[in-house]
Amino acid sequence: MAVTTESTTLLVIGGGPGGYVAAIRAGQLGIPTVLVEGAELGGTCLNIGCIPSKALIHAADAFHQAASYAGESPLGIRAGAPTIDVTQTVAWKDGIVKRLTGGVGALLKKNGVTVVRGWARIVDGKTVEVEAGGDAVRIRCEHLLLATGSVPVELPFLPFGGNVVSSTEALAPATLPEHLVVVGAGYIGLELGIAYRKLGVRVTVVEAAGRVLPAYDDDLAKPVAASLKRLGVTVHLESSVLGLADGGRGVRMKNGGGEESVLAADRVLVAVGRRPRTDGYGLESLLLDMNGRHVRIDNQCRTSMRNVWAIGDLTGEPMLAHRAMAQGEMVAEIIAGKRRHFTPAAIPAVCFTDPEVVVVGMTPQEAATLGMDCITASFPFSANGRAMTLEATDGFVRVVARRDNHVIVGWQAVGGAVSELSAAFVQAIEMGAQLEDVGGTIHAHPTLGEAVQEAALRALGHALHV
Amino acid sequence: MGQHVIKMPDLGEGIAEVEVVAWRVQPGDAVVEDQVLADVMTDKATVEIPSPVHGTVVALGGKVGESLAVGAELIRLEVEGAGNAPSTAKAVAPAADEPADLPHGFVPEPARVAEATASVAQTAPAVAPPAPPPSPSRPAPARAPAPAPALRAAGEKPLAAPAVRKRAWDLGIELQYVAGSGPAGRITHADLDAHVAGHRAGRGAASDTRYAELDGEEAIPVIGLRRKIAEKMQLAKRQIPHFTYVEEVDVTELEALRGQLNARYGEERGKLTLLPLLMRAVVLAVRRFPDVNARYDDQANVVTRYQAVHLGIATQTDAGLMVPVVRHAEARDPWSSAAEIARLADAARQGKAARDELSGSTLTITSLGPLGGIVSTPVINHPEVAIVGVNRIVDRPVVKHGGMVARKLMNLSSSFDHRVIDGMVAAEFIQTVRGYLESPATLFVE
Repeated sequence: MAVTTESTTLLVIGGGPGGYVAAIRAGQLGIPTVLVEGAELGGTCLNIGCIPSKALIHAADAFHQAASYAGESPLGIRAGAPTIDVTQTVAWKDGIVKRLTGGVGALLKKNGVTVVRGWARIVDGKTVEVEAGGDAVRIRCEHLLLATGSVPVELPFLPFGGNVVSSTEALAPATLPEHLVVVGAGYIGLELGIAYRKLGVRVTVVEAAGRVLPAYDDDLAKPVAASLKRLGVTVHLESSVLGLADGGRGVRMKNGGGEESVLAADRVLVAVGRRPRTDGYGLESLLLDMNGRHVRIDNQCRTSMRNVWAIGDLTGEPMLAHRAMAQGEMVAEIIAGKRRHFTPAAIPAVCFTDPEVVVVGMTPQEAATLGMDCITASFPFSANGRAMTLEATDGFVRVVARRDNHVIVGWQAVGGAVSELSAAFVQAIEMGAQLEDVGGTIHAHPTLGEAVQEAALRALGHALHV
Repeated sequence: MGQHVIKMPDLGEGIAEVEVVAWRVQPGDAVVEDQVLADVMTDKATVEIPSPVHGTVVALGGKVGESLAVGAELIRLEVEGAGNAPSTAKAVAPAADEPADLPHGFVPEPARVAEATASVAQTAPAVAPPAPPPSPSRPAPARAPAPAPALRAAGEKPLAAPAVRKRAWDLGIELQYVAGSGPAGRITHADLDAHVAGHRAGRGAASDTRYAELDGEEAIPVIGLRRKIAEKMQLAKRQIPHFTYVEEVDVTELEALRGQLNARYGEERGKLTLLPLLMRAVVLAVRRFPDVNARYDDQANVVTRYQAVHLGIATQTDAGLMVPVVRHAEARDPWSSAAEIARLADAARQGKAARDELSGSTLTITSLGPLGGIVSTPVINHPEVAIVGVNRIVDRPVVKHGGMVARKLMNLSSSFDHRVIDGMVAAEFIQTVRGYLESPATLFVE
């Protein structure tokens, strides 16, 4: 095995949204940069996460819509019962992924980043070895940026394989199952569960907590729970999965009362969370300070070892691509000598269920926990004209603001297509907007955005349309 | 939200004051448990102070280089939960909803010190400096008196848009100390401009980078060899009442002799500098003035004279000043001394000098060669009682036998411990050295 040695200023392990953004920004700033990626560029986000799931959800929505026209439709549209060729759907999704990952490769090249294909192994805090095709290249660097992401959590009594799949396989099905059991009613489980349901699959969700989307508050989870019911998704709350049933054609489950039963299922999606990818590439040899399972960092993404940086899912919650991107950009700028800190006022989180859920900044409960005296107000989409024309009157926009100076500290929304409102929410918080600022801004009519303005007005005590 | 105060710990050794040598964090930084907050130094060691809690830095207890009493507030953190200190929010800055009572104008850097002091005292309210006159380039709007920009209450995060935050980082400004004039105390770009202008008010145009004001500072911990040097110098200056005696020496003859020796023996024995010849002169002179070749134990009140002359040679290295010792200079001819100096200087510069090659001198010579200046006031290498300093050689016109002649002149600047060396003894010692140097044949006769 031939070993060649190279050296660079910045070496990035991982070509996901955190790693590739850091590399592009470093390239822009003239820092010699090498990015090591063993799989496809784009990481979980582009290949097996955000993008493919949204493609699948869109296809499922379109199919579901078409199916709704097969019988009586309030819109007066009549169509024949649709059919779907899942292989074609997956190929279409793959096309989008390929365009995006190809785009990432082109951007890296344009900015002078050297991409090394292969799996990295950390030799020490300044040296990484990459094996590819029987040869090894040893790369010395001044700065090492760890952006290795996360992997789905596997249940020991329900290991992946056969009918038991993770989100990765669920996003590229060769066939649709008859009955899908989803373990975990967090955002990943529900996004995929709802998509499969809309594609005509019978779906059962098993969740250990007392409600769906346990990470969100009751008000936000309720419209989603109602939608699940309407769509015909069976939900078992306060229940846990014990393992595969005989022959692997189902799972054993225990409900809240302690009764055991067997759910027949020809596919089981385990979506109980993700954990930082810390194994298999020599991370442990650096003896970095950890915070539980993730690498401990400060507000400049420095680890406990000098000039070793970590960003994204590896550093824990919230495991969101846009957080990793912002951290990556910042680290590149710090290495280039700029003074930067990762101190966002808010990081938006979006859940692409039906209806969608957006959470930005503090919820009323979180504000109360911090002893903050806050005003909270909601505006329902049932009072919004545009929502009616979209047949999406479920849900609301909610604002949380300080009582003393009306500075907005949080926004939440549930409803159709509210993910796009996240831009307005996070911008208002980052700009330090007060309720009066949003209430005094003319929002276009007729749009869902009017609900944002109305929520602010309602908090001020003078909403116009409720 | 509560506040957690970390006090200067008692580092043992019976000391009452500890020096802050470096801050590892700044106000506004988030810190985690066990993260190092500061380096502090006693006279024996540098110690890292870790954080016992998670939190955000609110105030630092002093500047780098300041000494804080054991038990004084070192750093104040904002923490989840109650913390361990009563909030000084009211004392530091009135809350934003009491505009009538607000101190007018922004509170620049000194507020930090005031805040820290107030926190230590825990009672006295910090008084903000009065408002600066409004910047001429930015007149206050005429329609209404400008609202007094308020500094936020302690623990309150500064409210500013991302672009303002980024610009503040680039300018090296902590937004915590910038008053916000916007609604709810929001900090605008104009506030940042005003803060910057306040700092350079009346100090010329800002656009010319040649005369740009620089605010950066770098804390360099005094550790290792530098610390040793600092301690040694301090000890010498504190304990020893120095007096310095400067005399001019005509080295024309000596330089001529040196030239001849080097021409004749340079190839086989190596070239001589002036230093080994001076060493010989000193060795001969201390035979007549043994008080000078001595060490004074001022605790025991004993001066120990030595027959051996172990000459310390002050040597500059990359790490700092070192004094390797030429042992038994009395038993060496000039070439032997020269070789030993070269060997020791080399070892010292490479960090390979052994411990006993760096200690045990009885008298020290310091020379900066061509950089020697015309006069110096050398610091005695404690516990020795004298040090001989060599200044540079210059060609000067001298009146000799009623006529003007060019001669090579060199000053010797030497310091003595006046507790045990009288001025007369010192003068006679140096005159004796001068005699040997001006009549160089005598160096080889006695």
